[in-house]
Amino acid sequence: MCGIAGLFLKNRSLEPELGALTAAMLTVLTDRGPDSAGFAIYGAGKPGEMKLTLRAPAQFDFEAMAAALNLAVTLRDDHAVLVLPAAREAEIRNFLARNHPEVAIVASGARMELFKGVGLPANVSSRFGLASMSGSHAIGHTRMATESAVTTQGAHPFSTGPDQCLVHNGSLSNHNDIRRRLIRERMTFETQNDTEVAAGYLSWKLRSGAKLDEALTSALDTLDGFYTFVVGTETGFGVLRDPVACKPAVMAETDDYVAFGSEYRALVDLPGISKAHLFEPEPAKVYFWEREPVA
Amino acid sequence: MSVAMVPKIAAADPVIFDLAATPLRELNATLQALPADSNETSWTVRNPRGAHAIAVGITAPIAITIDGHAGYYCAGMNSGASVTINGNAGTGVAENMMSGSVHVRGDASQSAGATAHGGLLVIDGNASARCGISMKGVDIVVKGSVGHMSAFMAQSGNLVILGDAGEALGDSLYEAKIYLRGSAASLGADCEEKPMTPEHKSALAELLRRAGASANPNDFRRYGSARALYQFHVDNAGAY
Repeated sequence: MCGIAGLFLKNRSLEPELGALTAAMLTVLTDRGPDSAGFAIYGAGKPGEMKLTLRAPAQFDFEAMAAALNLAVTLRDDHAVLVLPAAREAEIRNFLARNHPEVAIVASGARMELFKGVGLPANVSSRFGLASMSGSHAIGHTRMATESAVTTQGAHPFSTGPDQCLVHNGSLSNHNDIRRRLIRERMTFETQNDTEVAAGYLSWKLRSGAKLDEALTSALDTLDGFYTFVVGTETGFGVLRDPVACKPAVMAETDDYVAFGSEYRALVDLPGISKAHLFEPEPAKVYFWEREPVA
Repeated sequence: MSVAMVPKIAAADPVIFDLAATPLRELNATLQALPADSNETSWTVRNPRGAHAIAVGITAPIAITIDGHAGYYCAGMNSGASVTINGNAGTGVAENMMSGSVHVRGDASQSAGATAHGGLLVIDGNASARCGISMKGVDIVVKGSVGHMSAFMAQSGNLVILGDAGEALGDSLYEAKIYLRGSAASLGADCEEKPMTPEHKSALAELLRRAGASANPNDFRRYGSARALYQFHVDNAGAY
């Protein structure tokens, strides 16, 4: 099972509603994935700055940590988003590794924030305040675990590169082999999860200079198994299904947005859905939308 | 043989069932409890919102119109009802239909008409992968194209495709007949083109007429089983 909801806005006036729309889609997909949920959202960013999404055990004092670094932090349940000058990234990462090994760096990027946890999707969304978040695009997932344990680490999305995230419905059969190959390429992995390997593979291709659509095309030749992937980059949104296309996927496109749902039910309350172009993404075909950066 | 037509809305005012106000289970329980001679022969389902298993297991000869997109297994196990979906249908529309008819005015997702034993399934748009998988006597007419592995292990009945077919059409086919107007990306194992005799053209013309499809039977090619996979060959006896 598992459920995927993705929303990529073309019309910037919808940006304040992105979180609320995404939260509603995730809640509908509860019966496809009730054990954990997560989402990545691409919000505002400033030139020269970046964000680190962090996760720590309960009672960890993120504010004291941020004060020690003289940085701003936004608390969201057991996650926190630290905003820092991009030039200080290595320093901050070293500081965290040395002083706070209990703090996990969930994601990094100019705009992407990423939150995930165990529990019903509606609870996960409300714990992190998704409904009040705004942004240009968001990708969420409701998980019914098959390949690894029900833990926060095993929840989706997975992020293995800056502003990059991936969610997955399906299961990969050659992930151990690909993980070993990627480790030789100096990619690092936090879990034994198959989806993290898919994310790592795409990050490795992107790091090698491929564009997102090129990385997805080469994933078709490399990854074996069942998958419907939805991926995000700072300005892009991509969809790929394996050639057998066992896992469901429905898309809706209007002048205002592109939306992905594991089932049509997840799309039914989107604005203007009755006039949207509804289609099932074809097997083994790369779908990719890119947005012009704000001038 | 009596054949069902694509449903016409009955003259009587339909009974309106609004899924925004009443649970789906109540709809299905009500429809399944209708006696064969029920006076309530015309039903309209509002606000389907992609819900699964709408109007499944109906055994009364009634007409049901679903006003919107349906989810999985819509009109599954249908036995005698005429179901019209004014929208798209999710996975497994009319799966295991026994008789009656199902008409999808939009597109159908995967496995449309799976394992269906009888009746008529008409899809005005496209059907995705595995259309007619393991069909056992149903007639399926798709006015658009079908996805890969359509008519996989299809045992009997007819699959008529006015558009194109994806990879591996008719893989491991038994005795179902496939009529294709467009082209197939590839044929599956043991599926081969067969001659179109006058009898086949006349049978196809009747299928097209029942489906309300305007197409010339002369434009179609017929595919069927080469019967090399499922027949016992005495030459292979040594392998057993």
